[in-house]
Amino acid sequence: MSAKRDRRNKLASRGVQIAFVLGLVLLWYLGSTYWGVSPILLPNPLGVWDELKDVLGSGEFLPDLQVTLTELAIAFVISCGSGITLGYLISRSPYLIRVFEPLLAGIYSVPIILFLPLYVLFFGLGPGSKIALGATISFFPIILNTIAGFGYVDRIFITAARSMGASDWQMFRHVLLPAALPVILTGLRIGFTVALLSILGSETIASLAGLGHRIVHLAEAMEMARMFAYIVFAVAIAATLNTITSSLERRAKRQ
Amino acid sequence: MMRPRQSVQAGAGRGPAPTPWSAAHPRRIVVALRRSPALARLLVIVALILLWEAAARWWIDPIFLSPPSRVVAELDELFATQGVPGALQATFFELAVAFVMSVAIGLVIGLAVGLSRFAHRSFMPIILLLYGTPQITILPLFILYFGIGSASKIAFGVSHGIFPIIVTIVAGVQNIKPILMVAARSMGASRWQIFRWVIFPHMIPSFFAGMRLGMTGVLLGVLLAELYVSSGGIGYFTTVFTQNFDPTKLLGLISVLAAMAIVLNEIVRRAEIRFGRWRMD
Repeated sequence: MSAKRDRRNKLASRGVQIAFVLGLVLLWYLGSTYWGVSPILLPNPLGVWDELKDVLGSGEFLPDLQVTLTELAIAFVISCGSGITLGYLISRSPYLIRVFEPLLAGIYSVPIILFLPLYVLFFGLGPGSKIALGATISFFPIILNTIAGFGYVDRIFITAARSMGASDWQMFRHVLLPAALPVILTGLRIGFTVALLSILGSETIASLAGLGHRIVHLAEAMEMARMFAYIVFAVAIAATLNTITSSLERRAKRQ
Repeated sequence: MMRPRQSVQAGAGRGPAPTPWSAAHPRRIVVALRRSPALARLLVIVALILLWEAAARWWIDPIFLSPPSRVVAELDELFATQGVPGALQATFFELAVAFVMSVAIGLVIGLAVGLSRFAHRSFMPIILLLYGTPQITILPLFILYFGIGSASKIAFGVSHGIFPIIVTIVAGVQNIKPILMVAARSMGASRWQIFRWVIFPHMIPSFFAGMRLGMTGVLLGVLLAELYVSSGGIGYFTTVFTQNFDPTKLLGLISVLAAMAIVLNEIVRRAEIRFGRWRMD
């Protein structure tokens, strides 16, 4: 295929994408403005835009955002610390890997969101239960990837380093860590994403503050335009955080 | 994921010790454990359950945690609670319907997007974008549009289950070696014949992998929606049991749901192993 035709195809795809998105927004606008779709079901996009400007301009979002991000940070620190430490300890012995890896993978396949009612009972409706859920859910991808990273380093590297007289620390620093780091970083990124999702989710289900709580609160108050504005805001925050973590992961892997 | 195979080490070289000892001799137990990680895994599980039992009996306030023995013993009481069997049945029904719908719709969209270069280039970025957004933020909208009954939970389950299925099916269709298509076409295969004899068999492993991921998504979506709606179904009972500080029933309900999830996951995982690996040998 010639380069010119290729470029034309690419442009056409881009055009279809833009047309698709614009068409949806146009349908939304027409539906809510002229076709009489109830504003309780679908607020006018212009109204949502105004509310979004108001939310951002007044700084009303700050307390909720702060709650959500604090919960996320604490949960992620807990799951990183425990996941990487335990994962490293397990990965030191092939026997322990064979005992624990299937066990952890098995628990991970159960929807851990089921723990939420239990955590609400233990830690209350406040940030405690969110942190616990976020830490539990992100613990599993982090520990599993740490085990996979440290546990399956090519034997040849280890034998070579040892036969050249590497100390334990040198072995860790120059052989194990560089080999394991890319896999662990992937685990950290997945862990971060699922922690964010589960914290937003648990705030939606049962909470006192946070972005998820705000969205539910507005839904119950039937303030649809403002709720849509907060949904847009929350999605944008999640997308930004995920983009940052992905680019950090890519940069760290390149080194 | 490719992993180098582990060399079998622990205790494999040593034969069993000569046998004047009784079966319960500590050294024999150690040898048996080293030989069989599965046995050790079972022991870990038993130890965790015993720890839970001990913690619930002696250390933790019984309004927060009840021992597993009591949870199991009072399962029948849970099922005798007015409305609980109905709620569990409804959840199972929602999971089944949401899964079937996700697979059907995901298959159609996945094929449509995967089989055409143009559609792939145009719509795949949009699908990946939607897959990446946290759908939990729009859960209140699902309830608003579909009500608090089964429909909203099914719809939310589908919204979680459909994307992994689409993405894996697209990947499976795209990964077919071009040489196979060229060979089939040069031997004069019709479009249908290419689909039936080249694309379809190559799609099956990714189809089953997609079903497994889809089941994970459906479970998450349906359970999230169930927990969110606190005026009926599972969400109502978890709220009531939590507010009444009744950990026995709460743990019972959670265990039954977890068991349901494990069984459903296991079914699709087995199906994947059974049907998905025809190329591996």
